[in-house]
Amino acid sequence: MPVQVITGNHAAGYALSVAGEANRTARGVACGIYPITPQTEIVEYVAQFPFSKGRVVPVESEHSAMAVSMGASMNGARAFTASSANGLAYMAENVMVAGYYRLPIVMVAVNRTLGPPWNIWADQGDTLMLRDFAWLQFYCEDNQEVLDTTLLAFRLAEDRRILLPALTCMDAFIVSHTQTGTALPEQADVDRFLPDLDLPHRMHYDEARTLGGLAWPHEGLSMRLEIDEAMKRVADVYQECRESFTEIFGRDPGDVIQTFATDDAKLVLVASGTIATTAREVVRQRRKAGEKIGLVKLKMFRPFPEAALREACQAATRVAVLDRNYAAGAGGIFWQDTRAAFQGHRDDLLIQNYLTGLCGGDVTPTVIDEILADLTARANAGDPVWMGIQTSKETLQ
Amino acid sequence: MTATTAPGRLQERPEIPCTEECLLRPGNTNCGGCGMSVGLTMLGRALADAGDTCTLVIPACCGIVTAGAFPTTSYGVPTIATTFASSPAVASGVATIRDLNAEPGQVICWAGDGGTYDIGLATLSAAAERNENIIYICYDNEIYGNTGGQRSSATPAGARTTTTPWGKIQDKKDIMSIMAAHRIPYAASLSIAHPDDFAHKISTALLIKGMRFLLLHSPCPTGWKAEPADSIELVRLAVASSLFPLYEVFDGATYKINVEPDGSDPAEYFHRQGRFEAKQIDLGAARRACSERMQRLRALAEQYPSCT
Repeated sequence: MPVQVITGNHAAGYALSVAGEANRTARGVACGIYPITPQTEIVEYVAQFPFSKGRVVPVESEHSAMAVSMGASMNGARAFTASSANGLAYMAENVMVAGYYRLPIVMVAVNRTLGPPWNIWADQGDTLMLRDFAWLQFYCEDNQEVLDTTLLAFRLAEDRRILLPALTCMDAFIVSHTQTGTALPEQADVDRFLPDLDLPHRMHYDEARTLGGLAWPHEGLSMRLEIDEAMKRVADVYQECRESFTEIFGRDPGDVIQTFATDDAKLVLVASGTIATTAREVVRQRRKAGEKIGLVKLKMFRPFPEAALREACQAATRVAVLDRNYAAGAGGIFWQDTRAAFQGHRDDLLIQNYLTGLCGGDVTPTVIDEILADLTARANAGDPVWMGIQTSKETLQ
Repeated sequence: MTATTAPGRLQERPEIPCTEECLLRPGNTNCGGCGMSVGLTMLGRALADAGDTCTLVIPACCGIVTAGAFPTTSYGVPTIATTFASSPAVASGVATIRDLNAEPGQVICWAGDGGTYDIGLATLSAAAERNENIIYICYDNEIYGNTGGQRSSATPAGARTTTTPWGKIQDKKDIMSIMAAHRIPYAASLSIAHPDDFAHKISTALLIKGMRFLLLHSPCPTGWKAEPADSIELVRLAVASSLFPLYEVFDGATYKINVEPDGSDPAEYFHRQGRFEAKQIDLGAARRACSERMQRLRALAEQYPSCT
């Protein structure tokens, strides 16, 4: 398996392309693509890939990019796309439809701040806006994880027990434009990992079925319930896919949550994406000083891994949830779901929210030290704490 | 959340045979006098005559309500419901995979004027520019019919709708010219009052590859405030008076007029529909517009005649 020094976008483009190519022995691959900073290199990579049985359709908008991918998927092909920020907002209607149509489309999103004010740097508000749309969501911290998770996402999404689209996310620039050594799997191994797609509810040109027409409330309810049941199967099916991935590629793509030193940790940081990378280093240093502190990296956000998160925090008395996103009027989005996961299980646990790195701000070890100082000192959990505000004001002065 | 006995969960879906003679099945709930229903029937017959089949790709519009409630459907062909603005893009994906797998049948978008002239225009324009291998049929009833009759950019000047209660000021968008300007292989207008011409144009479209655009003048008795029994007569008058000429444009370059208007006065067309109020229609202007429309078309057909 060759290791190349490539960007996160290149890793994503490679994963999407070889996954698409793997379906050449079945109904092929097609996708709609549209550029937006900072994901543009992904669709450029895909557009230049010499598919044996496939077509990349350069469309006029993100909304149509997802629509072309949906049409291809409904006709039984493997399909994917990529987008970011306001592009995802513009695409949102068809993102929702792909989920409710149970189409196993994989999308790579580069997390970028939703404008205004215009800003191209990292913030998870764009993909989290899509959180309730029946998509699986994964947040990655480095190029290898982006590549591996994207490949795994196809296998998981296309599994007949799941049949839901999946979103792989990475932080703008910090991952998307940073080059690191990344192992690129061979096409033959990808072919082994991803079986021919055989979508059970695809259209057939000689079968008079109507996809997506009117359904009465009791029918619609049943379909929603089936999505709920599929979501509940994800945790187990993910482990099967992970084992198969490890066997074929000789590398563990990682669990849905990744713990670091949590076994006896009294203080636990909960983070995702590249903030987890920095937080892990802080935890490592503080462990050397004897502090009982640990980290939970939430890789999977939908379905939310409640049980795994509770298990990882068994020894904890205080939890800090670091959110690079903000739901106006409510607080950090990972924090909301974390609180809900512990409700009725660990009402003694102090869970405090820190909004950090919003709109692409840097989350340095110093910021995490400040968070830990606040977490240790406080008597009770309170409103979400906005980090970096003072710094911004100082910068302005 | 456990509801293992959800009443609607069907373990076995009924087998529904595909009958090419019956694209629109009997028993659908469409309104009496609906031009779209007649158009679907004519489309089905033309496909059957040619021994061809189709997949319908339908955005939000009366056309998808026509399908009826799951798990039954009024369509005797495979049908996909799309979001309002997306039918040409979804059809592009469907047709791409059909072609990659060398499968037969047409992929046909069936969309109202809202999905064509308004919300879906960018998507349609892009599909036309890419020359996607699909047929796009707009059944133009000149109104947002499915939502109860609001103006669209296909609504003619003077027509009252629920959002232009005093009559629309602006004129109807010339979608045929817009599509012809994309230089697509085929663009043609259709009328259910001229079934032979309708059938001929479908069979012409079936023999062409690439983007084919067909504009069907589709009477809507509830929106037009007209008698259902008058539907066909109204669109016949529209052709005869040059309000809605029947013509073809090949490659955006050559023109053919298919039915010569007999010079009927458009006044009769306005008079027989409640959406037009006599005092709001400038008949002189309407007559001049009809005359100019035909003059322009004749000039194009004479200067750039199609050899078909």
